Amino acid sequence: MTALRRLGPALFAPVLAVVVAVVLSSAVMAALQVDPFRVFEVMVDFGTGPSQQITALVVILNRAIPLFLAGLAVAIAFRMGLFNIGVEGQYRLATIIAAAAGAAVSLPGPLHVVLIIVVAMLVAAFWAGLVAVLKVTRGVSEVISSIMLNFVALGLASFLLTGPFRGSAPGSQIVGTADIPASGWVPSLNGVFDLLGLANPPRQLYGFLIIAVVVGILVAVLLNRTRFGFDLRASGLSASAASASGVDARGMVVKTMLLSGAVAGLIGLPDLLGSTHAYTTNFTAGLGFLGIAVALLGRNKPGGIALAALLFAFLDRALVPLQIADYPASVVTIIQGTIVLAVVVANEVAKRIARRSAERGSAEPAATGGTTTAGGSPDQRQEVQA
Amino acid sequence: MSTVLTTRTTRSGRGPLADLLAGGGRARRVVWVLVGVLVLLSVVRVISGQDALTSSSTMSAALLLAVPIGLAALGGLFSERAGVVNIGLEGMMILGTWGAGWAGYQWGWAAALAGGLVFGALGGLLHALATVTFGVDHVVSGVAINILAAGVARFASELLYTDNPAGGGVTQSPALSSKPPVLSLPVLSSGPDLLGSLESHHWFLISDLAGVLRGVTQGVGVLTLLAVLLIPASYLLLWRTAFGLRLRACGENPAAADSLGVPVYRMKYIAVIISGALAGMGGVFLVFIAGIYRENQTGGRGFIGLAALIFGNWRPGGLAAGAALFGFSDALQLRSRTAVVALLLLVALVLAVVAVWKAVQRRLVQAVLAAVVAAAALVGFLLIDQLPPGIVSFTPHVTTLLVLSLATQRLRMPKADGLVYRRGEH
Repeated sequence: MTALRRLGPALFAPVLAVVVAVVLSSAVMAALQVDPFRVFEVMVDFGTGPSQQITALVVILNRAIPLFLAGLAVAIAFRMGLFNIGVEGQYRLATIIAAAAGAAVSLPGPLHVVLIIVVAMLVAAFWAGLVAVLKVTRGVSEVISSIMLNFVALGLASFLLTGPFRGSAPGSQIVGTADIPASGWVPSLNGVFDLLGLANPPRQLYGFLIIAVVVGILVAVLLNRTRFGFDLRASGLSASAASASGVDARGMVVKTMLLSGAVAGLIGLPDLLGSTHAYTTNFTAGLGFLGIAVALLGRNKPGGIALAALLFAFLDRALVPLQIADYPASVVTIIQGTIVLAVVVANEVAKRIARRSAERGSAEPAATGGTTTAGGSPDQRQEVQA
Repeated sequence: MSTVLTTRTTRSGRGPLADLLAGGGRARRVVWVLVGVLVLLSVVRVISGQDALTSSSTMSAALLLAVPIGLAALGGLFSERAGVVNIGLEGMMILGTWGAGWAGYQWGWAAALAGGLVFGALGGLLHALATVTFGVDHVVSGVAINILAAGVARFASELLYTDNPAGGGVTQSPALSSKPPVLSLPVLSSGPDLLGSLESHHWFLISDLAGVLRGVTQGVGVLTLLAVLLIPASYLLLWRTAFGLRLRACGENPAAADSLGVPVYRMKYIAVIISGALAGMGGVFLVFIAGIYRENQTGGRGFIGLAALIFGNWRPGGLAAGAALFGFSDALQLRSRTAVVALLLLVALVLAVVAVWKAVQRRLVQAVLAAVVAAAALVGFLLIDQLPPGIVSFTPHVTTLLVLSLATQRLRMPKADGLVYRRGEH
């Protein structure tokens, strides 16, 4: 019974959220005369035959990896009460410089990959570090500086792409950096399917999945099992209490932003090292902003972020099938926005229900205290209005 | 308003700036800062020969670019003064552009304005519902609204415009069926155009002033005028009326406001809906410039409006200054890539002054740092003819950052900004 009572609200919130999101987006579709049932059917239809179905799963996983990393980068800063809205700029700048660095050198296998990863992390950490330095030395709000630095990073990236780092032939349709040689690629994980006896799909499952999982575990351990993580979370919960207990607030801002940036540097790499092998004008954009939504949906915890990333990736996969079936693909974006809203609303509602049942079940004096304040204010209100 | 003040003080002559800056009230200080900026720009223009720095065409472009940012920031002001953080300004602006396009192609410019206001306000209503009624984290709700608004706009365009006989498509609406009227100041800026002839002489200071005045008085759209008037109007509403006091009380200490009989929830709802309508109006402005709704028309201006709001310390005058600074540097980079280089000279001059100032105060590290950067900026000005387009594109953003990091930080946001208020729990 107690187990049920404890589990109830935890299960209640996400279920309510999904129901609300489905109902709301169906209502929007129905209002605009699109059959919502057909749309949802297309979304969950992974095709016929094991090969197609596995391909769909690979597409989802490949999309979830960068989303997970983006959510993680945003969440690290969030846990400390910092809003790193600049993840977008950080990863785009990091990816182009890492792509150029990777193309410029040729090293034996793993070293080459390590070099690219380190360059990307350093660049993004530097870019995020600018935000931190501006905040602790000059008191510039991290929201403004990271918004501004986003635009600067995108401008720099486009300058680098069309200028010094241009590797594509002049006159070609897509401008890009030179290709990274094969020693710098991360091999795919498709061998796993053979081992499991599943159909090996034509689509490559990014090997970066392993790196992402390792990073996720490292971040979880760092946040929950170390002194640094404790200081970080304490600063996020109450900055004044943390600094009173001896946490160096300024140092924490710099360290947290450097860490958040370093993780942000990884966001572009699954695509870069797994499939494109060069940074081009149509390299995946917008992951930084989606990362904010993923982090919030996952409640800033690595496990939750992984689930949120998978959910968003599942929705994103439906883009192409919806277009093929001649449905407005933007339904996906609407559902994503609605889910974020619905999840947080459901969380609040569940929390309130839990609190109310707890109040009813225990502590008589607390309940009476509540009624006196609640009874007091309407009277005063009437007086003022009269 | 500011231009009138500028003329008055330029007549009284220039004294030692430092003395006068220290004395006098707030208004006097603002005036001196404006005069100082104009003189500085004028000096830089004469030295570098870049007439685009203060030309009327740059100034009118600056006004056009500043207005949507200023409107978004003003929207943020209402919401955040009532204690609701509004990251969703961008989304509400997107809804505003779509509403303006949809109403505008059918019933003309006045309907476009109404459509943009209503759609923006709907976005605000959603934000209020989530944050006030359901007590959701303000940032989460804002981010969700940004995603949602982009999706809704695209979705609605796909449904309504793809097979529309009036034109349009997946990413754009049919063109507006009528254009909003445009006003010019008689005699000075139109007809005889006295300011225009003054400007063309390129005299030190006088022509610069004429350029600025002509830029902001010639060919001004109705909405621009309305937007500029909204700045003082918002100040009066928020700081000089009972309604404004109550609204701000909700942002500073909602529990206290509640105990005094202020309907906190209702005030927050009103504030956030106004916020959405103003952001939507910023979107309408963009549609008026283009004469059509296009996807991604807002281009992150909602976020920049948020930055302008914080830049301006959550005050109407301050956010207008932030928007103006951004608009000016954006206009400059759009009009002339060579003029941007002249800004380096401006930076060098300002930082040289800062270096001397810090040296007098015996803060040697900061003085040396400022002097080194000033020297680097001067070398940059002397050596570079023209910056590549990618670099020039972020001039306004770097300028904003530079000004922010140079200015002393005494920002104070509303005390209960971003906190979820539940009645009876505080």
